[in-house]
Amino acid sequence: MAVKHAKVKSAGAAQSPLLGAAMFGPALVYIALIIGGPFLLAIFYAFSDARIGSVHLHYVGLENFRSILHSPAFHQAVQNSIVFTLSAVAIVVICSTILSLALEEPFRGRGIIRFLILLPWVAPVSLGTIGWKWLLDSIYSVFTWILVSLHFFTIYNAPMWLGQPHLAMASVVCVHCWRLIPFATVVMLAGSSAIPKEIPEAAGIDGAGFWRTLFWIKIPMMLPIINVAVLFSIIFTFTDMTVVYILTDGGPFDSTQTLPNLAFATGIEGSDLAAGAAISLFLVPVLVVVAYFMLRMAHRAEVV
Amino acid sequence: MAVVETRHLTKIFKQGEAGAVNDVNLATREGEFLVFLGPSGSGKTTLLRMIAGLETPTAGEILIGGRVVNGLSPRDRRIAMVFQSYALYPHLSVYKNISFPLKAQNVPRDQHRAKVEWASGLLSIGHLLDRKPRELSGGERQRVALARAIVREPAVFLLDEPLSNLDAKLRASAREELEQFHKNVRTTTIYVTHDQVEAMAMGDRVVVLHQGVVRQIGTPKEVYENPADTFVATFLGSPPMNLLEFSDIIVGFRPEGFLPAELIPGGRQVTFRYRVKYVEYLGAERVLYGNIEGSHFESKEIISRLSWTMPYNYEAGSVHDFAIAESDLHFFDRQSEKRCNPKPYPWQ
Repeated sequence: MAVKHAKVKSAGAAQSPLLGAAMFGPALVYIALIIGGPFLLAIFYAFSDARIGSVHLHYVGLENFRSILHSPAFHQAVQNSIVFTLSAVAIVVICSTILSLALEEPFRGRGIIRFLILLPWVAPVSLGTIGWKWLLDSIYSVFTWILVSLHFFTIYNAPMWLGQPHLAMASVVCVHCWRLIPFATVVMLAGSSAIPKEIPEAAGIDGAGFWRTLFWIKIPMMLPIINVAVLFSIIFTFTDMTVVYILTDGGPFDSTQTLPNLAFATGIEGSDLAAGAAISLFLVPVLVVVAYFMLRMAHRAEVV
Repeated sequence: MAVVETRHLTKIFKQGEAGAVNDVNLATREGEFLVFLGPSGSGKTTLLRMIAGLETPTAGEILIGGRVVNGLSPRDRRIAMVFQSYALYPHLSVYKNISFPLKAQNVPRDQHRAKVEWASGLLSIGHLLDRKPRELSGGERQRVALARAIVREPAVFLLDEPLSNLDAKLRASAREELEQFHKNVRTTTIYVTHDQVEAMAMGDRVVVLHQGVVRQIGTPKEVYENPADTFVATFLGSPPMNLLEFSDIIVGFRPEGFLPAELIPGGRQVTFRYRVKYVEYLGAERVLYGNIEGSHFESKEIISRLSWTMPYNYEAGSVHDFAIAESDLHFFDRQSEKRCNPKPYPWQ
């Protein structure tokens, strides 16, 4: 009787458009307020001369975009963003593929290692990054101390992890990878454990060794899930500013300045809201392309 | 072609627990179709996987072609295996699935097409070469798996329940094809199944396994007509052999040998009063369930199987004279449950 009752109820829910709208509504309101509103506001500001502390607002057309496109800082930021994203995504994908394949085989202590690997993703970004800021500090760096103790450097010519342009970029990329690898690994693990164990076994019997099984069978079979990891990593990296902001704030000499951080620095810290909004809009084309591929893959996953 | 041999082969998965495979000694013959038959959990798949090199034996040796292969990886054993799930590579076309072993074994590329065409022709799947595995039916997948197994002409074929994913009708025709196929290629084949019909129909010899122990090795005729122990006696044959327990022996007889007394041809026979409890009508035959009256086996259910050609008037509840020819009786030792010599039995 109870079952029957529940059935009638759920059938009613499916038929009632009002209930559907009511369930969907909060999500729509949330997206509109938190994402849609600011996005429209950014477009609006980008065509104006809005400044923090000024109540006047004039339409200036494409003036903001024109000046940004001529600014060397912007060119540097675009270049840095590309370097930052490509290198971080490449490292993340390679490391998480290796980790997921390694963690698939059962071994003693696998549970603890899985937990430890996931930890950076669970910890708050800012806290983790502040920890890294100390680890990479020019005076107190643990890495420097170890290298000096091993006599690779003296304290006078030790590397300044966040103070030399190339090293700073490398440090930012590494810390970002540290944060993103756990997430990508979990995604990949789902993909690699979905491969039935007979398939690599069959490959072994067919004569393929470890590497062939890996590159001809396992990785091609994981490709759809690797794509998911790549797309998410691109979005998380391209739009991320926490790591850059906390570690270097774009320095030294703008060598780690990325688009989101430049937008924040110009629009909020530099109080030129209009220019900041215009810079952030340059992120949109890249994100639209990535979003397109994500939707396409989600759709394909639904069909299968 | 090669002979597979196991010596004292044992696999224990968890220390302290009973082994999955215990001290198995067997040897195939050249070009033989050997069937491992047993219920689920009897260790037949584990045994096969050890021969394939997918499991490491706890003890004992495996020889292929006279060479100990324990230390060799699966790829170095010159075997091919068809898995229960077929394990086709889902991202590769049928052609690439079949040519994979050639590629993996570094067979020169210019030979691939001819070999793939030979193998796919043998299994008549030549028209499917451009498809992906997910676009194939169960029967077609099974053939692709077979083609992939034969393409590099292995010394030994290992088949792990390759027909169990097919529906009943397809299974019968696939079985026939597989038999025909083995007749053509004559490669030593080990075939794992829990289906006694498959085992009887296809096997040159059958290895009956139970709890990781070999109970009997013999031709289908031998294991059916001269079962080595009560397990083999009851596992083979459907419905199973009737067993009557006496103080020191167990006497068995098959339901198809337990017939109305007037139908038993002359010679020595044992006759019972048989009360029919209920009847199953199966078309080609009727299966009678009942008891033997006036004996201390009254509570024991005894089965009789009558062909549809036999006259029939055995309604439930009726009592008749049923008999077994003495030559159809099987004797087992009560303690060891192993086959023993005929003894005078107490019902006379």
